[in-house]
Amino acid sequence: MELRKSYFADVRKDDLHEIGQPRPRLDSPGHVTGKTAFFADHNFPGMLHLKMVRSPHHHARIRSIDTSEAEKHPGVVRILTARDVPHNVYTILILIQIGPEDETVLADGKVRWRGEAVVAVLAETERAAQEAAAKVKVDYEVLPAVFDMEEALKPGAPLVNEYHGQNYYLYDSGECRKVRFGDVEAGFAQADHILEQSYQSSPIEHAPTETTGCVVAPEGNDRFTCYTNTQAMFFTLDNTSIILQMPGSKLHFVGGTVGGGFGGKVDVIVEPIAILAAKLTGRPVSFVYSREEEMQISSPRAAEKVVIKDGVMKDGRIAARKVTGYTDAGAYSRHSPYGAQKGAGHYPGPYTIPNVWIDTYCVYTNRTPSSAMRGFGVTIGDFALEVQMDKLARLIGMDPLEFRFINAYRDGDMKAHRQPTEGAALIECMQEASRAANWPVAEKYMAMSSYEKEA
Amino acid sequence: MAKVPIQFTLNGSEKAEFVESGATLLNALRDKVGDTSPKGGCHQGTCGACSVIIDGELRLSCLTLAETCSGAAIITTAGLAEGGVLHPLQRAFLDAFASQCGFCTPGMIMAAKALLDHTPDPSREDVVEALSGNICRCTGYEPIIQAVLTAARSNSQNVA
Ligand code: FES
Ligand code: FES
Repeated sequence: MELRKSYFADVRKDDLHEIGQPRPRLDSPGHVTGKTAFFADHNFPGMLHLKMVRSPHHHARIRSIDTSEAEKHPGVVRILTARDVPHNVYTILILIQIGPEDETVLADGKVRWRGEAVVAVLAETERAAQEAAAKVKVDYEVLPAVFDMEEALKPGAPLVNEYHGQNYYLYDSGECRKVRFGDVEAGFAQADHILEQSYQSSPIEHAPTETTGCVVAPEGNDRFTCYTNTQAMFFTLDNTSIILQMPGSKLHFVGGTVGGGFGGKVDVIVEPIAILAAKLTGRPVSFVYSREEEMQISSPRAAEKVVIKDGVMKDGRIAARKVTGYTDAGAYSRHSPYGAQKGAGHYPGPYTIPNVWIDTYCVYTNRTPSSAMRGFGVTIGDFALEVQMDKLARLIGMDPLEFRFINAYRDGDMKAHRQPTEGAALIECMQEASRAANWPVAEKYMAMSSYEKEA
Repeated sequence: MAKVPIQFTLNGSEKAEFVESGATLLNALRDKVGDTSPKGGCHQGTCGACSVIIDGELRLSCLTLAETCSGAAIITTAGLAEGGVLHPLQRAFLDAFASQCGFCTPGMIMAAKALLDHTPDPSREDVVEALSGNICRCTGYEPIIQAVLTAARSNSQNVA
């Protein structure tokens, strides 16, 4: 595509000698020769294999755990339960003061989703660990579970996570993140048409070709090297330090080589327990998700529900927008309170709307905990918003692209969350798209600019 | 568990190991012989990351018992470069940005090599078919297909 030199000519440096040039990736020579070292390519003599006993129930109280048969299984070296974990209750974002700690490394007294880790088995071979894990007896009292966000928010719904005390994340603004701008009811009153629609998405698994995992080797001096495919090296280091109550100087993390992540490898899940296992046994430990675990256990993108109510004028201006967003965190927070909050800032879309009201809820259910995935908090919202934009255009009989020109944000416009717009390029992108897609719009839209308003 | 002796050639050099009966070739290569170029993405025959060439045929090493490979000639991506010079497939994958995270790459290159060994001048459809058992979640298949076609062309130029 031709770079249009006229756009932002005064604010742009035109010494972009890298753009448009093929540049080999620095790590490609290792990839094509098979020399790139992924975490699982590190192998140590005497390495133990860790397998998890997982909850078969969505929600249950643990009455008792009996590991005696499993301990006798040939090849088993050590079995870990919640008691062995120094600081068993954690939450990843505590590092940026997003609490409370609400998730257990190994379940303690209760499981809140099907697949939750309960007991860790360490054995000489993967097979022995798997067989022994099947011999761990856990006595469960099954509890009623809730899988639907709106059900979970109703009074009397089963309480998913006692650390929160209610089935939503309590923001400093209350039960949801709120954005209030202008007077949304007055906007609806003056609108020619009102359109309210709801949009829903299911969880999405990242499915990287390399599954989540780590290999830990004791260095012999109470220090541990952890080869990991985490996408969040320092989050993992600091959270591991909290969970194991060990200074970071004892933890040597090696990583950065990730066999596909897409956000699916930012949770702190495998490293703390594998390092603990290496510490308690004095042996190297490998903890690698099976493909089944990657699909069923690793966090997916959250299921979301977005309810959008818009008031639109016949001439194409959106007069008011009210959005209620729901993010399904599953049983634990992980990164979801942050994702839901991003949604709150994002829901007006790249449009200037004078009256906006937004509530976004981060909801707990007995589903697999969700977390980061490419643009989480925003991607599903964008799908909903742009489908809504097409519907609004159709409602007033206007070309959907021209409708977006009318509402596009431009430099100087105040956004609903009270950040003035700067460096907008939506108009110019749409002009280019109109040409590239051969979707002509009226000349006045082609003459518009993001940074210079017409008189 | 009883150990079984096996002997084979790996990229032309002789190897002899004791493996657990029932061990996969993937585990034997990675954990015993130390060739970690075949990757385990699923251990159930669905991703192709573990692809190797055994006696001229493309195989999934995660579904191949090591003990069935005695006497075999095994080729992996780690053995393709000769005297530090990249194989045309490796060169093409490098130049065409056909490898992003790189986890699928050794398996892709094996599948492509098995194709070019049998069909030196493949059509685009041949390439698509040959790579259909290999999953890539990052790069997108188009650059990979183009890389294989480029390698095929540079091969035939070398011969000519
Ligand atoms: S590891 Fe062999 S096909 Fe996936
Ligand atoms: S490059 Fe990552 S899976 Fe193919």
